[in-house]
Amino acid sequence: MFSIYITAFIVGGLICVIGQLLFDVAKLTPAHTLCILVVAGSILDGFGLYEPFIDFAGAGATIPITSFGNSLTHGALAEAEKHGIIGVLTGMFEVTSSGITSAILFGFIASFLFRSKGKA
Amino acid sequence: MDKEQYSTIEQEISPKPSIIKNVFKAFLTGGIICLIGQFIALFYITFFDFTERTASNPTVATMVFISMLLTGFGLYKKIGQFGGAGAAVPITGFGNAVVSSAIEHRTEGYVLGVGGNIFKLAGSVILWGVFSAFAVALIKTILVKLGVVSW
Repeated sequence: MFSIYITAFIVGGLICVIGQLLFDVAKLTPAHTLCILVVAGSILDGFGLYEPFIDFAGAGATIPITSFGNSLTHGALAEAEKHGIIGVLTGMFEVTSSGITSAILFGFIASFLFRSKGKA
Repeated sequence: MDKEQYSTIEQEISPKPSIIKNVFKAFLTGGIICLIGQFIALFYITFFDFTERTASNPTVATMVFISMLLTGFGLYKKIGQFGGAGAAVPITGFGNAVVSSAIEHRTEGYVLGVGGNIFKLAGSVILWGVFSAFAVALIKTILVKLGVVSW
């Protein structure tokens, strides 16, 4: 029961370590690093590896941005299984809608509520 | 002193960015954020009708909401300065990118400023996520149709 908290902490931490190494060692910008992680998540799901990874690590696998790539691919594949090639387009945002929707809505609400103090 | 000498001396004097320290901070920060996510997921599984897998959707939305508050009050910037990639890689970092661009550009108006810039930082992640997901899903669908692999 409690082991999932430990694996979530360690696995989530390790994905961030990969990101930090891409910052510091490979000298990539944050945007490049995040794009690489997203693409990695989507490729892992193509091989069917990300879902077992979520079962193993829980939020340690769903909270890092790699999970965004995974959910995009996962939605596209789920619809493609039902409707063929066209499903790749229609299913893309099916799973990940909550992340995008909440980011847009809360971002807009925040622009009403908060004033910029330099770079936020 | 020529240019080469100057640059070697400069390298000797300037403090080396301690990679190990940064990596440890990123591990700690990212780990704690994921741990909080796990607790939020437990909350949705226990009190609402979600399973281990479906709980990730409301969890992500809640994390983005928390990230909005932290960004608005200027606290996420401090977490980012401490945690580096530990603050940028979790979904809260994505939320922070969207919210901070929205707040930053509100003075230019809600249509051109906020509307035009809200995805200024997060757009690259969405573009590359969608493109790679499209490529992966297309390749896999074709391979399945050809009978090379199965779903």
